[in-house]
Order: sequence, then C-alpha cells, then structure tokens
Amino acid sequence: MSNVQNSKFRAQGVDWASTFFTGLTAAATVFILTILAAIVGNILINGWESFSWRFLTGSADKDMFDPQKAGVLPMVIGTALRVLLMTVVVVPIGVITAIYLTEYAHSTALTTRIIRGAVNNLAGVPSIVFGLFGLGFFISFIGRGLDAGAVEPHWGKPAILWASLTLAVMTLPLVIVATEESLRAIAPGLREASLALGATKLETILKIVLPEALPGILTGGILAVGRAGGEVAPILFTGAAYYMRDLPHSLTDQFMDLGYHVFILSTQSPNIEQTRPILFATVLALLLLTLTLNLAAVLVRAKIRAKMRSAH
Amino acid sequence: MAAFSPAQVTLNTAAPAADAGAPLIQTEALNLHYGPARALKDISITIGERHVTAFIGPSGCGKSTFLRCFNRMNDLIDSVRITGAVKIGGQDIHSPDVDVIELRKRIGMVFQKSNPFPKSIYENIAYGLKLHGMKSRSDLDAAVEQSLRSAALWDEVKDRLNASALGLSGGQQQRLCIARAIAIKPEIILMDEPASALDPIATAKIEELILELKKDFTIVIVTHNMQQAARISDRTAFFYLGELIEFDTTTKIFTNPAKKQTEDYVTGRFG
Amino acid sequence: MTPAPHNSKRTVGWMGIRRGHKARPAEWLAEKFIFLVSLTAILMVFLIFVFVAREALPVVLGRMNSAAFRPALPDEQVAKLNPAELRDYLGLTPKEFASLDKEAIQALIEVKKEEAKEAPKSPDAKLNTTEARYLFGPHAWSGEAGGRYIWQPIGTIHKYNLVPLIIGSLKTTLVALLFAVPLALAAAIYVSQLAPPWLKEWLKPAIEMLSGIPSVVLGFFGLIVLATVLQKVFGYESRLNAFVAGIALGIAVIPVVFSIAEDALTSVPRAYTQAALALGASKWKAAWQIVLPAAAPGVFAAVVLGFGRAVGETMVVLMASGNASIMSLSLFDSTRSITATIAAELAEAVFGGHHYRILFLIGAMLFIVTFLTNLAGDLIMHRLKGRLEGKG
Repeated sequence: MSNVQNSKFRAQGVDWASTFFTGLTAAATVFILTILAAIVGNILINGWESFSWRFLTGSADKDMFDPQKAGVLPMVIGTALRVLLMTVVVVPIGVITAIYLTEYAHSTALTTRIIRGAVNNLAGVPSIVFGLFGLGFFISFIGRGLDAGAVEPHWGKPAILWASLTLAVMTLPLVIVATEESLRAIAPGLREASLALGATKLETILKIVLPEALPGILTGGILAVGRAGGEVAPILFTGAAYYMRDLPHSLTDQFMDLGYHVFILSTQSPNIEQTRPILFATVLALLLLTLTLNLAAVLVRAKIRAKMRSAH
Repeated sequence: MAAFSPAQVTLNTAAPAADAGAPLIQTEALNLHYGPARALKDISITIGERHVTAFIGPSGCGKSTFLRCFNRMNDLIDSVRITGAVKIGGQDIHSPDVDVIELRKRIGMVFQKSNPFPKSIYENIAYGLKLHGMKSRSDLDAAVEQSLRSAALWDEVKDRLNASALGLSGGQQQRLCIARAIAIKPEIILMDEPASALDPIATAKIEELILELKKDFTIVIVTHNMQQAARISDRTAFFYLGELIEFDTTTKIFTNPAKKQTEDYVTGRFG
Repeated sequence: MTPAPHNSKRTVGWMGIRRGHKARPAEWLAEKFIFLVSLTAILMVFLIFVFVAREALPVVLGRMNSAAFRPALPDEQVAKLNPAELRDYLGLTPKEFASLDKEAIQALIEVKKEEAKEAPKSPDAKLNTTEARYLFGPHAWSGEAGGRYIWQPIGTIHKYNLVPLIIGSLKTTLVALLFAVPLALAAAIYVSQLAPPWLKEWLKPAIEMLSGIPSVVLGFFGLIVLATVLQKVFGYESRLNAFVAGIALGIAVIPVVFSIAEDALTSVPRAYTQAALALGASKWKAAWQIVLPAAAPGVFAAVVLGFGRAVGETMVVLMASGNASIMSLSLFDSTRSITATIAAELAEAVFGGHHYRILFLIGAMLFIVTFLTNLAGDLIMHRLKGRLEGKG
C-alpha cells in the first residue's frame, strides 16, 4: 500500500511484444551485416594467399588456369580502360543533365517530368538488356553503318568503345542523381548573390555553382566507376574477350576484363579445385576495386549531406 | 495620437533629407502574383535619388518581395507574375528590350543572410569586377581596396585578403557582401534586412556604414526593426498585407502618422 | 538624370539598360545546348526499346521460319524470289550469301531440291517453331504422347518454348523476394525508427555497401560457397538450383528494398511518431501502428522495385542456377532464367538468325516488364511523398 504513490509512473510490467519485435528487427539488421561480412571475409581469407604482387602484375599466360603462372594485369588494365572511356562520356552528359534539371528546368513542366521519368527508368533497366542494346544499336546499327562506307578500321564488331558506351548509358542515372543532389545542396543565396551582381546564369553556373558541386560530381563519377567496374552482363557481347594475347591498343579492339574473368574462372575451369586459389584472388582484386570506390563515394556523399543540412 | 510617445525611437537627426529628392525609382500600380495568390496590391511609390528609404511592416507583408522587383530577382521564381510598371531613371525595367544583366549591374543587392562566395576575401570582391571586364591586376587591387575601405572592412582584413571569406564573423561577412555590391559601382543598393542576423555591435557598424554610403548611393532597405528604420532612413514606407499603407518622411511616419494602422504598428500594438 | 559623381562614365543614364536579349548569343546557345544534352536520358530509353525491339520484330511479325527442312520450290518460283527471300530460302547468313557468286547459288538451289527429295524426315522438321503457339503453348513432338514445353534451341529441330524460361525466372525471383523482403523491411524499420541516431549513421551506409558488391561476385559466391553450404544443410540432390540462385539473388535485392523502404519510412513526418510516443506508445508500437501504415505505399514500391531488380539480374542466376531448362516447379531442380539464357546463348546464335531474334524477343519482354515495374514503383513513391508532404 505504501508504495502505490511511488509506482504511479512505473511501467505496468515489461512490454514483451515491443521488446521482442525490436529485437527481431535488430536481428535482421545484424543478419544482413553478417551476410556482407561473410562474403567479404570469405573472399579475403581465401583470396589473400594467392593475392601477390606477381599475380597482380603478371600478364595472362596462355594457360590462364595455371595457378603458378596466371596473372591479372591485362584484365585490370582492360577494366580500367573501359571504365575510363565510359567516365569521359558519361560524366559530361550526366553533369549537364543535372544542371538542366536543377538550374534551368521548371520543376512542373512536362519535359522535366519526362526527363526525370526517363532517368528513373534507365536506372531500372536490367543490365543484360543494356548488353542487347549495345549489340543492337552500337554494333549492328552504328558500327555496321560506319563499316558500310570505309574499309578500315572494322567497327561492326564487339570493341572496347562499344562496351564503354553501353556502360555509359547504364551509369548515366547514377551521375545525374549524384550531381543533382550536390547542386541542390548549394545554398540558394550564392546563386542570388552572383545574379544580383549582374552575372549571367551561365557565368553563375560556371564560376559559382559548379566549383561548389565538385564533390558531388566526384561522387557520381566514383559511383559510376564502382558500378560499371564490376558489371559483366552489358559487356558480354559488346567487347569482352575470353583471351587476348595483347592489350587493346585501339578503340575497335576487344579487351580482357576482371569481372568477365571471374565468370570464366568460375564456370569454365577444367579443374575447379586446382584453380580455386586464383579464382578467389581474382574475385578479391575485383571486390577491392569496387568496394574501395563505393566506400569513397559514401564518404564524399556523407560530407555533402552534412553541408546540405547546414546550408538550408 | 495621445498614447503615442515619440521618445520611443531615436530619429535620424544626423542628416535628414530636406526634400523628396530627384525621383529615381517609380512604381505604378504594381501587382505581383505567386501562382493564384496576390502578394503585392496596386503599389505606387516614388523613391528619391541618394536617399535612404526604409520599408517596414510585419513579416509576410510583401516588403522583401517588393524590394526584389527593383532588380527583377523575382524573375527567378517560376510562378511569379507581375503587372503594372517599375521605372528606374524613367525606364520601364520590364520592357522587353531591357537587359536584366545590365540592370543588375547597376543595382547592388545585400541579402538577409550574408552569402559570401566560398572563395577568398579578395576573390569575393573581384568576382563582380572580373565579370564586368576588369582584368588588370593593379586595377583589381585598387578597386578591392577601395570597396573594402568604403565598407569599413579594410583595416580588419587587409592582412588576410587571400583567406577564405567563410572565416569572417557574421558582421564582417555582411560588410564584405556590402563591399562586394558596391565594388561594381552600382547607383542603387537594395538591402533586404541586412542586419537581422547580427548582434547589436555589428548592427551598429552596418547602420553607420549605410549613413556613410548614402552620400554616393540611393539605398532602399527592408527592415523589421523599427528603430533601425528610424535611425537611418530619410523616408519610410509601411506595408501591410501586400499593400502600401503609408509613405512619408521618416519623422512623419514615426511621430505623426496619417493612418491608424501605421500608428498601431510603429507604437508596437501589433506585428 | 544626373549621374552619380563617382561614376561619370554613365552619362547615358538608365537608357543603358535597354540592350535587348539578343545581346547575349552565347548565353542563349549554352541554354539550348544544355537542354538538348539533358534529353539524352529520354533518347536512350527510347533507343533501348527501339533497337532491342527492332531485332525481335521479324519474329513478332511472323517473318522468321525456323523449319529445318522446307519443301523445295519449283524453278519458276525460285526465279521470282528477290535476293532477301532467296537468301532466306537457302538458309544462308547475309555474309555467306554475299560471298557466293551466281553459279554457287544455283548449285545450292539444286542441293536444296535433292535434300527435299530424300527428306521424309521427322514431321517436326517442317514446323516453324518461331510461331507464337510454339513459343508459349505446349507441343506434342513426334514420338511423344502429350504436349510438352521445351527450350532446346540448338539441334536440327529448334525448340523455342519460352515457358520453362519464364518459370525459371519466376522461381528464382520468388525465392529471392521471400528471402530478401522480410529481412530488408525489418532492417529498414529498425534503422529508420528504432535504432539510436549514432548507430543509424553507421548502419545505413554499411547495408548499402551490399549494393557495391558486383553481381558476378555474388554469382561466384553462390556457385562456389553458398551452393555447397546449402546442399549440406538441406540435403537436396542438384547442387545448383533455383533455391541457391534465389538466395544469392536475394543478397543483391536486399539493398534495393532496404534503401527505398528506409527512404519511405523516414519521409513520414516525425510528428506522427512523437504524437504516438506522447500517448504512451512504445517506439515499436509507433513504428508498427503509425509509421508503417503511413509509409505502406512506399514499402510496396520497394517490393515492386526489388522484383524488377531480381527478374532482371543476370550474372547471379547464370552462375548459380545450374542453367538446365527443365520444366519444373520444384525449387530444388536446376533451372534457367530469361536473363541467363540471353547471356549464355547470344554469343553462339547466328547473327540475324531465328535464335538470335528470339533472344532479343525475350530481352524486349524483359525490358517491358521492368519498364512497367519501375514506372509503377516511381508513381507509388511519388504519390506517397506528395501525400506526406502536401496533406500530411
């Protein structure tokens, strides 16, 4: 009786249901992180052994399934080249589109809504469909069209150029969305200040807005590179080669690719037990490349978001 | 008027303009709509050259929106529609052959929230000058120094011109924005509550500066601070719900307003 | 108007502001250029559809004939054929056709006649298997009692029934969604509503790192690691199957569903939760009874977009599903999806041939399905945000 007064604000007992479900959702979160850790950890542990300097800088031997001789340098270079070529194409187009959407477009206009719809849609197109598109458009339509007139070089076949362009179309939404986000994070007062000084819109964009948006453009570029670096389906028919003696030295050459090589080693190996070490090491190389890029993008993005919170 | 005590405000007794000044900015039946909403209603006003004119009124009364009509900053908002005329120096600024860039070169603006560019102090001032074609380093140096001196900032920043402008205090940033605006030698300076985010000492400096600038520039200032309007302006316009209620000499507005609404506002009965 | 004394240059007064818009052609050009470039995204969606559909069109229009043996035409009819028809009649690729001279072609026409004479082969060989009834309906092949659905594009008789592939895609997608959706939604609720803010800052990017793992790596993981582990645990017969592929695919789907659902839950105004908490509800009850119903369309959109991702994923399924085009509803049989079929067979299909065109046809079908799911997902999210920001 005496402590009725004191217990007035105490809980009636533990709310078991709430505790249980909170625990359940937390467990799901932990489980997802465990999957991530399991994948990365497994590849790290099994791949570390063969992940040597010789392996990274060795050229692909004729027998690329020989653990003693195989190296991944041509694949690393091939992947780097195709990603670089893609970046050169996708970043300007993506940045300019984002500039249009944030600086020029009327947000309610039909054109703006269609552009946004197209960007969202492009982001959801399956990667294999991009591969078909690369084959149907770049190779058979553009490439063969170019061949009709000239003799050399031969454009109407899989090539690093077509693979890169296909990937550029695929990663366009990533660059647009990231750039747009960083353009919106810029305090509107800066634009007003510049315009009030008699700067034109273009001058304001070039001298004030773009320098400020640079981290966001960087994020977009990094995300695109990270995504494209690991994609295999779009390059299957547009440029990746099973084996090449030489590195690509023109836009019409095919190339060896790290992700495609993972696929080959996983599925075409004559003796999977024997090639296991190089398979894991190749996966590790690919994973390090893409995860590092993604981590970098996450960090830059976090900075932009912090800036956005303080700007508005 | 019995309840009204003139002692509440310090009037701009330093250098009150005797006349209405040569007319520089005129609006005629100006209406502004945001989408379906009418934000400014039939405003006609004449603002004199080299005067300080203050716009006062409760928040949301349209005074800032009205100020932004003078350099057509409202153009940046998609849904805004304007009818009626704004004439500056006799020219209708909404006329189709008016170049808004040229207009803005001749009308400086200082905003409520100080907005220095994330560049060095020097580059902030030089930005507008370079835009308008000043290239020689020595010309730029001289112009930057002169603007900073005019804005009473030179002594505080002369040793760190290449430091980021974002490292300055709030009051210094706002004076830098004023220096940036006057660097391109406009004829009119529009100020949108320039001291609202500042402490009293920084505010006093800005007010001092405005009285100094009055010699060379026509200044239109929006403020929610009645004491400020009384201290620095020659003439004051009172706005309420998108309408211009009363426009007269500052002394008249604060001591003997013609309209009941004005009196209620300046004596602090509402707003 | 007297000019300001410090600025004696402006003797023209305010007349000077009248310069007209045409004074700045660079500005005008730049704006038009920027606008035109921004249309790239629209152009690309359009081109993707047009060029994938273009390669598939002859099948849709019934212009392809995959029959291995066709009756020989009488000479006078052969003479009337135009080059394209003649090429088709002889079953040649354009390249082969271009490399042959008139005499060689005449010889081939003769060979064709000979073939037709001695060809009382299987009745199946006369069928054009690119017709819709063979693509989607069951067929009793000679020597078999009942109708069957068979995808067997290589061989004398090209069997192009798409049903096993569609079932294959649906099976793996179903497993992926059953695995990923509960996990991703629970995590989204936890991260957006229940976790302390400092933890949230870490959890969100950590889970989103999953989307940074390339699908070929997930495929590899499914093939090499997951397949072995799951077979040991569940003890089924076929090591690679729809179940393994579905789980690996689910790992790819988790970050998609998580991100969108988390976004939808976070966009519910804090005031809703605070009102519930003020009434004495626990955080969980506020999340479950207030926030989740308010964000329900967004959560639904997350599932829809997760479906789009799963059905379109290629490498994971190609590597971990076993790739046998068996017509089976069991999750533990080796299975082959639409995407994996395209990836595995296109390189070997004759350019411009019926197999090639049918692979483009299923690609176009895939594009349409994902186009619609994306459109639906975006519309739902858009409505939800409008509702929460507008009337909410």
